Amino acid sequence: MTRLDGGLGRFWNQVVHNLFRWFGAIGQEFRAHRGRVLVIGIPMFWLGLFFLLPFLIVLKISLTSALFGQAPPYSPIFDLTQDSTLVLRLTWTNYAALLKDSLYLSAYLNSLLFASISTLVALLIGYPIAYGIARAPPLWRLLLLVGVILPFWTSSLLRTYAMIGILKANGLINQLLLGVGIIDAPLDLLYTNLAVYIGIVYNYLPFMILPLTANLMRMDFTLLEAAEDLGARPWRAFLRITLPLSLPGIIAGAMLVFIPAVGEFVIPDILGGPDAITIGRVLWTEFFNNRDWPLASAVAVAMLLLIVVPTLIFEYVENRQQRVEAKR
Amino acid sequence: MSTPLRRQPAVAPWQDPAAQPFLRIQNVTKTYGKVYACDDVSLDIYQGELFALLGGSGSGKSTLLRALAGLVKPDRGRVLIDGVDISDLPPYERPVNMMFQSYALFPHMTVAQNIAFGLKQDRLSSAEIRDRVAQMLELVRMPDLGRRKPDQLSGGQRQRVALARALAKQPKLLLLDEPLGALDRKLREHTQFELMNIQEKVGTTFVLVTHDQEEALTMASRLAVMNAGLIEQVSTPAGLYEYPATRYVAEFIGSTNLFEGRIAAQDEEAGTVQVYCDALEAEVQARYSDPIPVGAQVSVSVRPEKIDVHESAPVADNVAVGQVVEIAYLGDVSIYQVKAASGAILRVQETHVERSSEPHYDWDDTLYLSWGAAAAVVLPA
Repeated sequence: MTRLDGGLGRFWNQVVHNLFRWFGAIGQEFRAHRGRVLVIGIPMFWLGLFFLLPFLIVLKISLTSALFGQAPPYSPIFDLTQDSTLVLRLTWTNYAALLKDSLYLSAYLNSLLFASISTLVALLIGYPIAYGIARAPPLWRLLLLVGVILPFWTSSLLRTYAMIGILKANGLINQLLLGVGIIDAPLDLLYTNLAVYIGIVYNYLPFMILPLTANLMRMDFTLLEAAEDLGARPWRAFLRITLPLSLPGIIAGAMLVFIPAVGEFVIPDILGGPDAITIGRVLWTEFFNNRDWPLASAVAVAMLLLIVVPTLIFEYVENRQQRVEAKR
Repeated sequence: MSTPLRRQPAVAPWQDPAAQPFLRIQNVTKTYGKVYACDDVSLDIYQGELFALLGGSGSGKSTLLRALAGLVKPDRGRVLIDGVDISDLPPYERPVNMMFQSYALFPHMTVAQNIAFGLKQDRLSSAEIRDRVAQMLELVRMPDLGRRKPDQLSGGQRQRVALARALAKQPKLLLLDEPLGALDRKLREHTQFELMNIQEKVGTTFVLVTHDQEEALTMASRLAVMNAGLIEQVSTPAGLYEYPATRYVAEFIGSTNLFEGRIAAQDEEAGTVQVYCDALEAEVQARYSDPIPVGAQVSVSVRPEKIDVHESAPVADNVAVGQVVEIAYLGDVSIYQVKAASGAILRVQETHVERSSEPHYDWDDTLYLSWGAAAAVVLPA
């Protein structure tokens, strides 16, 4: 017992000692690199104010119970009882509800499916476009890049509504196909999952193209000449050289498409059918139709974890890999 | 200029009428818009040569090299290796490998993977690939660096990896685009000899492109001097330096005194001509190889180191007198610029045979310059 105590004592001593050293080091770091700390501090402050703080508020609400018809429509987390003790009231019931009702799970899966397939399609369409832009002569490159960015000057909501006109039964696509004689009756395009895919891919394609173009423009194309000189046919040279070297661009583009696509609400709501239940639509319904803020907050937190945790793991693995490579 | 001559067979293949050229470049022409990068270039290169294409930027030397690799498609002309026409083969089917000026090492692969890349395209077994990679790393004296990435290597190491990668497939012909261009001066001198040793060891025919005449003279068995898409002259290093065929070659290789003039008289018995040079306002006696009619416009080239300096009038084929106007002390030699009475400036080189802290001659000293008829080269105007 005494030995254990001694061990524990030493352990705690060490912890405290290390903590002091750690804080001391931070202080020294700050004094030594005041400029650098400030530079990092600005984005940190911004993220803290507009991301971390709202997230903590949502997290707090997700741990309360709903109080319908009141303002605010959720229970306080701190409660003063009659004998003047402060009580912390947190509840997991909202998260339990997410697991109990299969609606939420299927909405998550739907969202992941929509986002994954859309990301893949955007990659397949965006890669050749980005490659073409990267290899175009400088003036053409500028024009093509402007062409990619130009649709952003119109609101995404307007462009999504415009999709209705293109996809509906007597819309542009059906009229064209009927006119050419490929089909006899108009296709059901609008209010289907296909329409959601078309909408997401169209809206997010530039987010795939831009980082890919930036990456491919940096690539030294004599590497491809070297590969061909060493006996690789153009297609193999692409697979062995261009593709692996553009992996960071692919990952950046895929993240930029996948992450917002998971939480997308407008496109499935406007273009999707009633069965295209995504997490964004559920969120909207819980907040604005059911006015169940705590449950909606739980949905939002779960969605965030769903996206952030794999991203963090991915970043961690990649960083470690880079460190290992750098050490060799 | 240090030029350790390469050990050569008793009869060099280009002098042997029975020898078959290994690489034949026939009438290769390539235009970019209206500019001729290569203008009807024909060239024969023999097995085992280290052949240099020498020229300034825009001379067409790189275009010709890329045409050999298949990276540039000529408008006209053929390329034959070992009697086989490879003109229509894509780069990945040619028995030719290239070492790129930027090295073009694949940054996401290790040194060993870079060297193995070409072997994998040939679908060799992994044991064979491993052996060949080890052999190549041994050849470039980097046996322990196979697992490094290119960005963890020094410039000289990268150059050697590029060489090993290009040699790994045992090509019939190795092309080198400015192989030493990215190295600093000291490393370059060292690497020149290393490259020559490796070439002798593997016996592959090398064709290298360079703008550095010293590099070309040091390494090459023969050189072609290119200018504006045309080949000015093909010869051995000494042949180019001592027997330039054109004014361009005489001026491009080393430095020279060049005087325009016309043939005043010809002495067939002595094999010499008298050339009246306008700038010198005097006749210069020069030896000729092919007879030139009297009255023809020519240029006379005299190298600075072939001119002797005297303080009193010597007896020689050619004598000029003038004042020192410029002195450049270069350590091993001094270069004097001497202004003749006619106003012409002559460059003269004097080797410092003895130690002395002062140049031999001073500004405004009057010097007598002399050179033999054999030192002067008559060139077409």
